[in-house]
Amino acid sequence: MAHSAVSTTNSPAIAPISLSALAPWAVFVGILMLVLLYFVGAEQGATAVFEGETIHEWLHDGRHLLGFPCH
Amino acid sequence: MTSTSPGGVSPRTLLVRGMLAGLLAGVAAFLVAYLLGESKVDAAIAIEEAAAAGHDHGEEAPVSRALQATAGLGTGVVLYAVALGGIAALVFCFALGRIGRFGPRATAALVTGGLYVTVTLVPFFKYPANPPAVGDPETAARRTALYLLMIALSVLLAAGALILGRRLAPRLGNWNASVVAGAAFALVIGISYAVLPGIDEVPAGFPAALIWDFRLASLAIQTALWTTFGLAFGFLAERALVPTSTPKEAVQPTS
Repeated sequence: MAHSAVSTTNSPAIAPISLSALAPWAVFVGILMLVLLYFVGAEQGATAVFEGETIHEWLHDGRHLLGFPCH
Repeated sequence: MTSTSPGGVSPRTLLVRGMLAGLLAGVAAFLVAYLLGESKVDAAIAIEEAAAAGHDHGEEAPVSRALQATAGLGTGVVLYAVALGGIAALVFCFALGRIGRFGPRATAALVTGGLYVTVTLVPFFKYPANPPAVGDPETAARRTALYLLMIALSVLLAAGALILGRRLAPRLGNWNASVVAGAAFALVIGISYAVLPGIDEVPAGFPAALIWDFRLASLAIQTALWTTFGLAFGFLAERALVPTSTPKEAVQPTS
């Protein structure tokens, strides 16, 4: 059965990825990606982890064009 | 990590491919941003400096305009796209095989379309992108909070609509249940639009056409980003999930 999917256009039902396999990845990668989004979108704007304005100024055009509220 | 799911694919493979597709989407979005968006940013900064009030971009700027418009813009857009690609891949891992009999490509298209609507379009129509010179620096924190609140609300309400659709499907059939869920989503989003405070900080005399062009450019960037991501990730996910007709050939070490 596993080898019958070669020439069919109707793909067989795909087994879902079990939640226990997905959960650690969801937590780890989810947090990592949200931190990344924070630095792209809001660091040295609404709040700041690092002092100064360099991050804000470096990402200035991207923030405006991506739709983040900026100064 | 070598843990694999019953489907035979580990989330790791799909996450890596999601971020790769995000990288590609970021490059496409950067091109659109550079070609369509930068002229609008420049025009708005010119107006801002002519007014000579508020936030100063010109003098003693730590990053020059030339860098902001190229490397800075590229960094921002590409990192944003990679991060969204990773998150979209996570959603895809959850949706795969759970939202009906859709193959990898169709699932990728549906997940991407859903995310485009919920995290981009719905927040955009309430709190749209603004060019430089629009927006009071004093209210930046409040505007950021409202913008993030709108995204969170949109995601939560979309998840609620999805659950509602699943509950109604046995009674109404898939199509009608999806229509009802979609209408319910539109209704609650409309109510949130009406309840949440509006933001209008456009300075008097700022050209309306420029704001319109800027927002269209912003929408074009997002559309390019999500479209590229959906197509690229669908392709990559299908190659990871659907076994190809030829079995894996043994690697011949060349001597």
